[in-house]
Amino acid sequence: MSFIEARDLVKTYTPRGAPVVRALDGLSLSVPRGTVTALLGPNGAGKTTAVKVLTTLIAADSGTATIDGIDVATDGGDIRRMIGVSGQYAAVDENLTGFENLDMVGRLYHLGAKASRARAKELIELFDLTEAQNRPVKGFSGGMRRRIDLAGALVTDPQVLFLDEPTTGLDPRSRIGMWDIITRLVAGGTTVLLTTQYLEEADQLADDIAVIDHGKVIAQGTSDELKSSIGGQRIELTLVSEDDTSAAIEILRAVASSELEVSSDRRTIAVSVVHGPAALKAVLTGVEERNIRLHDAGMQRPSLDDVFLQLTGHAATIDDESKKAS
Amino acid sequence: MTTTTTSLRPVAARPPSFGSWFSDGWITTRRNLIKIKRVPDILVFTTLQPIMFVLLFSYVYAGSINIPGSSYTEFIMAGIFAQTVVFGSTYSGSAMAQDLKEGIIDRFRTLPMSPSAVLIGRTNGDLLINAISMVVMIGTGLIVGWRIKSSPLEAIAAIALLLLFAYAFSWVMAFIGMSVRSPEVINNVSFLVLFPLTFISNAFVPSNNRPTPLRIFAEYNPVSALVQAARELFGNVPPGTPVGDTWLQQNPIPTVLIGIVVLLVVFVPLSIWKFGRVSTR
Repeated sequence: MSFIEARDLVKTYTPRGAPVVRALDGLSLSVPRGTVTALLGPNGAGKTTAVKVLTTLIAADSGTATIDGIDVATDGGDIRRMIGVSGQYAAVDENLTGFENLDMVGRLYHLGAKASRARAKELIELFDLTEAQNRPVKGFSGGMRRRIDLAGALVTDPQVLFLDEPTTGLDPRSRIGMWDIITRLVAGGTTVLLTTQYLEEADQLADDIAVIDHGKVIAQGTSDELKSSIGGQRIELTLVSEDDTSAAIEILRAVASSELEVSSDRRTIAVSVVHGPAALKAVLTGVEERNIRLHDAGMQRPSLDDVFLQLTGHAATIDDESKKAS
Repeated sequence: MTTTTTSLRPVAARPPSFGSWFSDGWITTRRNLIKIKRVPDILVFTTLQPIMFVLLFSYVYAGSINIPGSSYTEFIMAGIFAQTVVFGSTYSGSAMAQDLKEGIIDRFRTLPMSPSAVLIGRTNGDLLINAISMVVMIGTGLIVGWRIKSSPLEAIAAIALLLLFAYAFSWVMAFIGMSVRSPEVINNVSFLVLFPLTFISNAFVPSNNRPTPLRIFAEYNPVSALVQAARELFGNVPPGTPVGDTWLQQNPIPTVLIGIVVLLVVFVPLSIWKFGRVSTR
């Protein structure tokens, strides 16, 4: 049995005056010890709900979940001693300083006053917050808040670390800083379950990616496995002139394993193919025969974006802004 | 970043022991004390508001309201005490709602701490604020001519009764705060509930001249019992002062004690139960 094991978790909500939401709809997940697994999915896919069930914050309606064989529903107290949780919102006290926050968390883990202070100091240094340690968190930047929140999850050196969207809302520089910290953490062998809506983040940090949509894990594997699971490669041609578009489409259609994608200026055409090298050769031969002039011709393996699109029929990153705009 | 690897010493969390509710409760109380220290508005408001009420009622109304057998200042002080500490207990409601909104409750709930600790810390915070308010109000009252006409022991009992009632009420508000989940809503709700509760009572005027429904409400109103109990214990019920004739008004001290016990017996377990189920969003 894997270290973290979830079986058929179901959690429904009934928002006031709205139909029932199945936040988790039979979610199953396995996370081996010492690995980093990313739960990848768009907003509302059920990522945070899954983390809340696993961290004892909410009870599932049905299904089971265990960490190291311990049931999260019945032995919450034991679970809480072995996990560290860092959420989407930096869950720290605004009025307390960075040091006071970490010290308080240590004491609530019952480490004792002396050990809590020592640990808080150690974490402050590790997370490069020395200058800010005696300022109330209120004045911290977004990146600093996330760092102090993550530090709070590490007060006891947990066996499992849950990171719920650790970089959502951070600027690119802070995001890379967080990635750096997480990468170094997992080098020490901590089991990590992180959720993210950023494909790049899952690709960068995780050994294993579980793609989640509508409350279910719809695929799980390494980044490479997922990419090859949708099969083949992608060929893209960029033409010099629009006049050649129909000829190019004809050539590409002959090798296509998917619908053709034509850019709005009708000069870039892309398609998925099954046998990449052979298809590319055929395409280039056809292009030469018909004297089509090219700016660019290329073949690439699918991105996680393509995987996501293929698996779910919609794009992965649906951020709040585009939701509002649509 | 100065370090290149994470070389954290292994530290093991310990399970909560029998006394954890006490030590964890103290740790979260300290969190609220730091907040009182760092957010001066809280302290300024808790001291200025009672001063304002004492001055307003004793100077603005004292000339126009005639209390048979007593002076208005003597009559009103217990009412202001009760109103202030009951309103003071609403901090627990808005603070729990705020903590829930900000996500720190999720943090606490994933720690192996005693499930009552956050609530104990929160209600203790209210208790401290109310204690400060009491000191300020008593001082202001003495300046405007109010006098304690009982023994020091009875006066201490009056203060204890007021603070205990408000403490029990803090648990009610904490429960409501976790149920309503919005700090703004909780403030409006407390206004809507607490203004009638304190004004349709014997706190500011005797209830015997009111229309019957209001008089009945006032005589069974727990705030009336609290006010009457405080009045008696401070020796502020000279002969002739109107007192309601229900059992509750005739025996205000046992009434308040029973009320405190009932509120605590119901709302302490209920709030702890609720705390174990709430989460951000």
